[in-house]
Amino acid sequence: MNAKRKVFTVLGWVILIAALIIIYLPIALVILYSFINSKNVGESGPVSLELYKQLFENEKLLTAAGNTLLIGVISAFAATILGTVSAVGIFYLKRGKQTVNIVSQLTVYNAEIVTAVGFFLLSILLRNVVQKGIAWLIVCHTVITVPYVILTVSPRLSQLNPNLFEAGTDLGASAARTMFTVIFPQLIKGMVSGFALAFTLSLDDFVVTNMNRGDSVETISTFVYNSIRRGVPPAVRALSTIIFVAVLVVLIAVNIAGKAKARKGNKM
Amino acid sequence: MRKLRVGKGIFALPYAAICVIFVIFPLLLLLIYAFRGDDGSFTFANFADVFTNPTNYMALLKTLGTSLLATAICLLIAYPLAYILASSPFNKFAILALLFVVPMWMNFMLRIFALQSLLGMLGIEKGYGSAIVGLVYDFLPFMLLPIYTALVNLDHSYAEAAGDLGANGFKTFLKTTLPLSVPGIMSGVMMVFMPCFSAYAITETMGDSNTSVIGGKIDMLIASRQWGVGSALAFVLLVLVIIVMVVGNVATRARNKTENSALTRGGTL
Repeated sequence: MNAKRKVFTVLGWVILIAALIIIYLPIALVILYSFINSKNVGESGPVSLELYKQLFENEKLLTAAGNTLLIGVISAFAATILGTVSAVGIFYLKRGKQTVNIVSQLTVYNAEIVTAVGFFLLSILLRNVVQKGIAWLIVCHTVITVPYVILTVSPRLSQLNPNLFEAGTDLGASAARTMFTVIFPQLIKGMVSGFALAFTLSLDDFVVTNMNRGDSVETISTFVYNSIRRGVPPAVRALSTIIFVAVLVVLIAVNIAGKAKARKGNKM
Repeated sequence: MRKLRVGKGIFALPYAAICVIFVIFPLLLLLIYAFRGDDGSFTFANFADVFTNPTNYMALLKTLGTSLLATAICLLIAYPLAYILASSPFNKFAILALLFVVPMWMNFMLRIFALQSLLGMLGIEKGYGSAIVGLVYDFLPFMLLPIYTALVNLDHSYAEAAGDLGANGFKTFLKTTLPLSVPGIMSGVMMVFMPCFSAYAITETMGDSNTSVIGGKIDMLIASRQWGVGSALAFVLLVLVIIVMVVGNVATRARNKTENSALTRGGTL
C-alpha cells in the first residue's frame, strides 16, 4: 500500500510538472524572445531592449492596449454596480425570479457569436443614435459581464442579515442610500471578485468586440488577430511579457494580502 | 411589510430592463433578420440556404465535430490532472492548481500568438491538427477548474466506505469518485463545448479558413452584409444552445431528484 502511494506521488509530480512545462513553454518562449531583436520567435538576433522601444513607439499597438484597458475598466465598473444592485433586487424578488435567472443564464451560455450578431443588428437598428466604437463596446461588454457579477455576489447575499435593509430605511435613509452605504459595504468582497471577473472577461473578449468595434477601433485581441496574416509586429512580444508580469504581480499581491488577512483573523 | 418587500424587488428593475433591451430584443432582431429577404419581405430563403447550401451545413457539421473533439481531448487531459491536484499529497499546495489557471488571465489572443510562435519554431504546419491544439490549449483551464473544484470538495467517506466494503482502487473510483464528480464534468463540458463554436480567432490563426468553426463563417457573412443568412445561421446556433441548456437543466434536476430520494430512502432504513 505504501509503495503504491509512493508510485502515485512520484508519477503525479512527473505528470503535473510535464503539463506545466507544456502550458508555460509558449509564454516563456515569447518572454525570452522579447529581449531578442528578431523578426520571428526562434530566429537569432542581437540581445536588446529594442522591442520594448518599438512597443512604446508603435502608436497603433499602444492605442489598442489603451482601448482594451479603458473598455475593461469602465465596463467592469458599470457591471459591478449594476450587477450588485440587481443581485439584491433579484434576491428580494417574490415573483419572476426564475425568469430573470433563465435570461441571465442565457447570456452566460449563449454562443458568443450569437450575442455578437444580436448586438450588431441592434446597432444597425439604432444607427441614428449609437455609433459602433468604444462607447458601444463599453455597453456591450457591460451587458455581457453583468450576469457574472450577479453570480459572484448572490451567494454572499444569503449570508446577509435580512433585516439590514429595513434597519437602514427605518433610520430614515432612502432606499438608494441604504443600498450604497449599508448593503454595498457588506458585499464588498463579492463585488471585488465580480469586478475582477468582469474585467478579465472584457480584456479577453474578441468575438463581440470584432463585430461591434467599427472600422477604426482596435483592442489587443483584434489587433493581434488582424495583423497575423500580415505578420505580427515583434513588439507584441514585449507587450505579452509586460501583461504576463502584470498578471503575475497582481496574483501574488492578492495571494499575500489574502494570507496576511487570514493570519490577522486567526490572531483575533 | 408586504409593500416594503415589493420595494426592494424594484432594484431588479434596471437589470430586467437591460435584459429586455440588450438580451431578448437582439434575439428577436436575429429572428426577424433571419426571415427577412434583401427587399425586406418575409422569406424562408435564408433558412433554405442554411440547410441546402453545402458550405453552410457542412460548416455547421464540421464545427460540431471540431467542438466535440476539442471538448473530449480537454476532458481526457483535464480529468487526470484535476484528480492528481485534488488528491492527498498534492492538495495541500494550493499554488499548484493556481499555476494551471494563471495563463487564463492573460489575453487569449496573446497566448495563441505565443503557441503559434512555438509551433512555427518547431516547424509544425498550420492546419486542422494545430487548430485543435490551439482550442485545447486555450480552453483546458475552463475544463480543469470545475472538475478540480468538484473533486476537492468531494466527501471522501464514500470512497473509504467502498474500500472498506472490499472494492479495489479502480472500482472505488468508477463507483464513487467518478459519479460524484459528474457535476464538475458537466460544467466543464458546458464551458468548452459551446465556446468552441465561436472560437474562430483560434481556429483561423492556428489553421486557415478551411479549418475554421461556424463563428468565422457567421462573422464573414455579417461583414459582407449578408445579414439574412448570417442571422439564420446564428439562429440555428441559438436553438442548439437552448437545447444544450434545457438538457443540462433537466439532467441536473433528475440527478438532484435521485440523490434526494436515495438520501431519504437511506434515512428511513
